[in-house]
Amino acid sequence: MSRLNSMKRMGVILSSLAVCSFSIIALSASSPAGASGYQSQHAGGTLHLDATAAGGTLDPQINYTLQYWQLYQATYDGLVSFQKVNGNPSFDVVPDLATAMPKVTNAGKTYTFTLRKGIKFSNGKTVTVADVLATFQRLFKVSNPNAGSWYNDIVGGPACVTTPATCKLTGGVVVNAATNSVVFNLIAPDAEFLDQLAVPFGSIIPANTPAKDQGDTPIPGTGAYAFTSYNPNSALIMKRNPYFKVWSAAAQPKGYPDEIEMTFGLPVESEVTAVENGQADWIFDPIPADRLSEISTKYVNQVHVHTLTADWYAPMNVNIAPFNNLKARQAVNYALNKHSLVKLYGGTELAVPTCTILPPAFPGYLKYCAYNSKSSSTYAGPDLKKAKALVAASGTLGDKVAVVAQNDPVDESVGEYIEGVLNQIGYKASLKPLSQNIEFNYIQNTNNKVQISVTQWFQDYPAASDFLKVLLNCSGFHKASDNSINIAGLCSPSIDATEARAESLELTNETAANKLWGQIDKTIMTTEAPWVPLFNPKLVDFIGKRVGNYNFSLQFYMYVDQLWVK
Amino acid sequence: MGEIGELPATESVATKIAVKLTAVDSESPWRSSLQQLRRNRAAMVALGVLLFMVVVTLLAPVYAHSIAHDNPFASNLQGRIKIGSHYRSVMQANTQGLGLGVTPIGPTWHFSKYFLGADQLGRDVFARILYGGRVTLLIGFSSGLLCIVVATVLGMLAGYFGQATDWIISRLLDIVWAFPIYLLAISLSVILVTSGLDLGIIHIGAGSLLLPILIITSVYVPYVARPVRGIVFSLKERDFIQAAIASGASDWHILRKEIFPNVAPSVIVFFPLMVALNILTESALSILGIGVQPPQASWGTIINDGLQLLYTRPWVAIAPGLCIVVVCVALNILGDGVRDAFDPRAKLRGSI
Repeated sequence: MSRLNSMKRMGVILSSLAVCSFSIIALSASSPAGASGYQSQHAGGTLHLDATAAGGTLDPQINYTLQYWQLYQATYDGLVSFQKVNGNPSFDVVPDLATAMPKVTNAGKTYTFTLRKGIKFSNGKTVTVADVLATFQRLFKVSNPNAGSWYNDIVGGPACVTTPATCKLTGGVVVNAATNSVVFNLIAPDAEFLDQLAVPFGSIIPANTPAKDQGDTPIPGTGAYAFTSYNPNSALIMKRNPYFKVWSAAAQPKGYPDEIEMTFGLPVESEVTAVENGQADWIFDPIPADRLSEISTKYVNQVHVHTLTADWYAPMNVNIAPFNNLKARQAVNYALNKHSLVKLYGGTELAVPTCTILPPAFPGYLKYCAYNSKSSSTYAGPDLKKAKALVAASGTLGDKVAVVAQNDPVDESVGEYIEGVLNQIGYKASLKPLSQNIEFNYIQNTNNKVQISVTQWFQDYPAASDFLKVLLNCSGFHKASDNSINIAGLCSPSIDATEARAESLELTNETAANKLWGQIDKTIMTTEAPWVPLFNPKLVDFIGKRVGNYNFSLQFYMYVDQLWVK
Repeated sequence: MGEIGELPATESVATKIAVKLTAVDSESPWRSSLQQLRRNRAAMVALGVLLFMVVVTLLAPVYAHSIAHDNPFASNLQGRIKIGSHYRSVMQANTQGLGLGVTPIGPTWHFSKYFLGADQLGRDVFARILYGGRVTLLIGFSSGLLCIVVATVLGMLAGYFGQATDWIISRLLDIVWAFPIYLLAISLSVILVTSGLDLGIIHIGAGSLLLPILIITSVYVPYVARPVRGIVFSLKERDFIQAAIASGASDWHILRKEIFPNVAPSVIVFFPLMVALNILTESALSILGIGVQPPQASWGTIINDGLQLLYTRPWVAIAPGLCIVVVCVALNILGDGVRDAFDPRAKLRGSI
């Protein structure tokens, strides 16, 4: 999932595999976020969150932002969900509205769930299997961003993608009110189907929810909290769901604050000051570079740092000059100094240089570094001499290159740095900073003839295909479309075939599949070099002094509802 | 923009013209105005400050290459400099507490080494301010000049020919006038900075300095053209113009020889103020990231760079801000002096 910026469509479910040693609250590897004994003495109060801007529609079947996906954890449930615990087990999918994990039959093509009884939406209506069917029909009807890439595996899905208004999913989602069962029939086995059901797109909502984007109108959910009001210009309010009773603390624990309020409009600098002054309890936006030093020295106990399974990278368009030349792409890989880029992001405590497409410790990760100043699997530094030689050999010396980057401070600095290095190795480079709202779509559209850009990718769920197949497969490349997520435009039938083989292998032998994914990563970088992987970022959470019980999901970040303010 | 006096300071010249049916006697009134300007001490100090700023910014390459020995357009994130007997990193990693963040070196107050410190890419701020000043002043003066020239031509054509010509020009100017200046400038910049300007045979790249020059010119043209049109309307009824028409002089001749010399003093009065306004507009656009584009730098873009360092390295934003203040105050004082000398009745600071 892409991060457009901290406040807009930061698509994202991020995760982190290593909880940073700087985190003040020592997090046990898998301690439950909410189930380690509910401490009722800490219940109550209002949790104040700040964000510079709202995150768009509140509709969980449409919204694709980290900002709200983090809040949806406390307001919505799917049949299954990612476990609400700390550490690596937060990647595990557990039953939520379903009584148990599904029975998988028919060679991995049929998933049978049984819906829990007696669970109510925040409007008081009981959740039924009819709601489940309607939820998945609506998912297509409202043109969910991933309807065509994830959920079209369901029988009837392709027809729903073509004509969403009449979506029935006949034969794809079969429900039985008498037995409370929900059966999903897939066109082909999909090792990631449960992950896709566990993200907020799979949240079960009432069957009578209108089949159009509900925008600012909250949709009832089953979580511990319910959205009670939303004004994108001022605030989003969540209050306890009066009908909520804990059925599985691992899936949906009881929260602590009586009310959670996210306020919009303050500049991020003022948000930091508000947390310092105890006027806010947490800020969603990344901490500005010039406040990092201050908070990491004066407010040590209120800062939590986490490594993310995400990439900052510079995709190069393999279909237009000069980067339709492999040597030119390799030259840029050799030329950029990733240590310098790490400095631009905030230093070695906030980012780690990377040479691979898959982030470290991610399924399939294979440690290697193809473009390095010395022969090592760890990044050592740039090799400008080799880069210049490759540019000369490629015949692209003196070509004009425009670097496209978002115009927020860090992105633009990275873009400026790349532009400077390109000039250094013999190109005539310029920088094209674009608004945060449009850059991500702009760099995807082949009509814009973007040669090289700066962007980021955060995992949707922990699977190698979420990087390699999504970002570097022919299926992700669509000419003249704003939604061509394969930004480099790499379309190699042989790589696609190997990726398909790895996906099939996931169903039978996950270890072998991950090994193959690692090889694919290496093959892509050594034989195609469509990107310059820049660094893996870390996340900084800055919380208020009065806040306690900080817990962090590798999948969905900090559990907002588990913070206590009393 | 306020109105200009009905008849500018060349009224006595106009009288002479009416009698002689000749062009303006351009010697004495111009000379007298210039002498008056020279006697205005405040205006001369302002002119001196302005010339100083121009000369200093023109010397930017000398400073960068011969004194600071750095390239203010290349990042220097891994750089180290020697101050006294100590080496210091240009980008200093925080070693306290959790060790988060990297802060650029602050002002060293050593003239040859990062005098005002570094920006977020480790570049020498002082050298960038010198280079940025060249761009800011270039845009300010060239767009000011272009604005005055275009506005004078349009105002004279509309005022002299009247009727359909006047209607067409005036309505076009009204359309531009209808937009708040900054809203229009921002809108044009957002579009053109992304894609550049492509008018068939004319193509201006997205990063070209011509774009901010043209944008700023176009938003200010009506504010000068309208008063010029009013002056020409008034002049047209004067005897010396009627006499010229009666003598069979061509329109071109009348515009050039009779009208223009009488409009010129008023237009000159506008120039310093327009330059100041244009510098401010350019800076505003650049601070918003839609003015001058990297790798070019202007005082506005340096302020933009400094905004993200405001808490730790405030000089990155303050120093170019001070430069803008100094230049604009100087231009305003000079503008007042020019007005006093050339057209004392002109009201310059109206609705611009």
